[in-house]
Amino acid sequence: MSLLEVKQLTKNFGGLSAVSMVNMQLEDNELVGLIGPNGAGKTTLFNLLTGVYEPTEGVIDLEVDGKKTSLIKQKTYTITSMGLGRTFQNIRLFKDLTVLDNVLIGMHEKNKVGTVASIFRTPAYYTAEEKMRNEAIELLALFNLEMKVEELAKNLPYGEQRRLEIVRALATKPKILFLDEPAAGMNPQETANLTSLIRQIQKDFKITILLIEHDMSLVMDVCERIYVLEYGRMIAHGTPEEIKTNEAVIKAYLGGE
Amino acid sequence: MKQFNKKNLGWLIFIAAVYIIIQIGTSTGIINAFYEITLMTILINVILATGLNLIIGFSGQFSLGHAGFMAIGAYCTGIVSIKYPTMLGLMGGILLGIAIASLVALLVGIPTLRLKGDYLAIATLGVAEIIRIVILNMNDITNGAAGLSGIPFIANWQITFAFIVISLIVIINYIKSSPGRATISIREDEIAAESMGINTTKYKIIAFVLGAASAAIAGGLHASYFSVIRPADFTFMKSVDILIIVVFGGLGSMTGSVVAAIVLGILNIYLQPFGQLRMIIYSIALVAIMVFRPSGLLGTKEFTISGLLDRKNKKNSVKEGGAE
Amino acid sequence: MEAFLQQLINGLSLGSIYALIALGYTMVYGIIKLINFAHGDIYMVGAFVGYTAINSFNFSFFPALILSMVFCAILGVAIERIAYKPLRNATRVAALITAIGMSYLLQNGMIYLVGSETRAFPQVIQNKVYEFFGLQVSQTQVMIFATTIILMLALQLIVQKTKMGKAMRAVSTDADAARLMGINVDNVISFTFALGSSLAGAAGVLVGLYYNSIEPMMGYAPGLKAFIAAVLGGIGIIPGAMFGGFAIGIIETLVSGYGGSLIKDAVVYLILIVILIFKPSGLLGKNVKEKV
Repeated sequence: MSLLEVKQLTKNFGGLSAVSMVNMQLEDNELVGLIGPNGAGKTTLFNLLTGVYEPTEGVIDLEVDGKKTSLIKQKTYTITSMGLGRTFQNIRLFKDLTVLDNVLIGMHEKNKVGTVASIFRTPAYYTAEEKMRNEAIELLALFNLEMKVEELAKNLPYGEQRRLEIVRALATKPKILFLDEPAAGMNPQETANLTSLIRQIQKDFKITILLIEHDMSLVMDVCERIYVLEYGRMIAHGTPEEIKTNEAVIKAYLGGE
Repeated sequence: MKQFNKKNLGWLIFIAAVYIIIQIGTSTGIINAFYEITLMTILINVILATGLNLIIGFSGQFSLGHAGFMAIGAYCTGIVSIKYPTMLGLMGGILLGIAIASLVALLVGIPTLRLKGDYLAIATLGVAEIIRIVILNMNDITNGAAGLSGIPFIANWQITFAFIVISLIVIINYIKSSPGRATISIREDEIAAESMGINTTKYKIIAFVLGAASAAIAGGLHASYFSVIRPADFTFMKSVDILIIVVFGGLGSMTGSVVAAIVLGILNIYLQPFGQLRMIIYSIALVAIMVFRPSGLLGTKEFTISGLLDRKNKKNSVKEGGAE
Repeated sequence: MEAFLQQLINGLSLGSIYALIALGYTMVYGIIKLINFAHGDIYMVGAFVGYTAINSFNFSFFPALILSMVFCAILGVAIERIAYKPLRNATRVAALITAIGMSYLLQNGMIYLVGSETRAFPQVIQNKVYEFFGLQVSQTQVMIFATTIILMLALQLIVQKTKMGKAMRAVSTDADAARLMGINVDNVISFTFALGSSLAGAAGVLVGLYYNSIEPMMGYAPGLKAFIAAVLGGIGIIPGAMFGGFAIGIIETLVSGYGGSLIKDAVVYLILIVILIFKPSGLLGKNVKEKV
């Protein structure tokens, strides 16, 4: 069985079907793209998979270490702790907190420091705190942000904010990382940097990445497989080569007769 | 042990200094019987304000029901203290107050902390009023509207000071820890916090319970010092009084709450002769602060010993750096 | 059975008052998502304006009512412009705190001006009592109910049939879109405050007549309960406020009538908490989810 299996996933808002009968599989350690015109339902799909929305119909199963769990009706934070991390289309950093704190918060769940230990500052507390700090700084260094650990997140330039959001998501030690339009608002140079960054992440962390993007060059360049969504339905699925020549996809983006 | 570092030593000296200053004040009579009331009010307000700040300023939950938890603490302590007029009785009463207030906060928090902003505010207001009405109606135990009087005076300023130190250490240790950061992240962006694996409801509840417990302590000390308590002492007005202190000092700054409690307490002395005008000045000030400086005196900044040390180190390293 | 029906009638009168106040809360919340804590105190000011008009200037009932409504409308608009407009983009906490500050200002201002004692409201309506089927209805109760119905119908007319009403509904739904359509959002908001405050003012005069006494702190409890009524019916929904107002009025009267006068307030607060937990959008409301 795949790492993540999605079957016939549907989400209706009143009379509108935002996502309809979507099937998707994600395997270990692969880089998958999700594209589609604006309003196709890509972010809604993300939100369904991460528990922000509850599906009207369908199945979302996560298989880890041979155990299969349904992600439906689970709280977002539970889903994250099970291994699904994400970034947001409109950056949602903890703006008034430092870069380091943003990452440390990402690490909180996996380093269970209890209330009592924190209040009474037990040795266990100090050990855990030091371990988290070191790990956080190491992680930030991988992304060239270690010089800015004490900066407030809101003071970072745009590109670095996007990088920080990715670092924060990685801090939750995900098995699947959802990136929601990470290249939005970036110039070609920044996008190229992001492209190599994403490749680097997959190599170093050996995780699966699902990428929503509008920047076709990035998607075609980096993804092994691509899903195409239009009006909430999956209209195509395949390798970048297959998608480039798929008639339905071309029609969806350029309009047909 | 990790605890013994320069920073904590600095704080210890600071606390001792404050204690000594107050002690001198009371021994020499500068702080006479009249000013002692102000001193006690300020000390109790520090506990109340920092506890409320934890809930509103740090976990971002707008609670208007702080007076309710204070009432629980006051009545528990009052009742136990009257029966056992000793130091042990006082401690027992305060502990009972903490226990009951925490339990109520837990029960109330679980369903209501899922609500957002304004709704939560009104819900907590409703809870505080329900608590007050229940107290009002338990005539056999609480003496109803007439209130409890003759509560033995045991909580002097030294004991209150000790409680401030303890509750501040607890709250600040919590805030500066990993669960504390998780709590603050809820205030910053709840949806992002959830996506980072943080059980937001759990941390909201913990902050709420800690805040309620500290309010109960304050209530107990209040009962033990002022000797008379009535349900009318713990209305929405009381909650607003504390809210004013927290807002004035800065939502999200513990130092701000302490400073504001002191400043407003002292200001009160000078405004006393103005009578009713004083309340009008407060209301105008509250509106003015929100319109012109909503972040309050200190915003989210804290005055810390480590901050002082950092600045000293920076100055030294600049000196040593020489020409760069 | 008779006693029950009698309580029902009394409850309708109280409910009328709550409904009038609740309308102001719900309209303001619908348009700028603010719980106007000062609204209950506008109702209090209305009562005092009516009192002054009748006592010092020998107004009769209707002119006093009109004067109170106009005065409160102006007061409401003033408060909005001075205290709420600057905070339109601030956090909800900040806006709520400002509203609380305004409420305090009105309460304490009134205490400063006229002292905190309770005053007897002049009896300008002959207190005739009508009897039918063993039930008693006083002239005052009829007056309150009739006035409330008339004002509510007028409100519905304004909101549904006038251009301003349409603008109000547009701004409630999406203020930015409304602005793009050329609607002067500031004016619409002011108008909403004016309408809501005038209704509160009317309620103040009516309550003075009904309960005979007024005092500067009288706005706190009814204000809170009227807000609860608005939430019960569905905050932001005008029929909801009307329904909620009458419901709370009747429930409170029944609880009080059947021996629970000390706990009637607690029951209302409990209703609030239950509603917020199980159906926060209110009985007539719809759920709206936040877009991520």
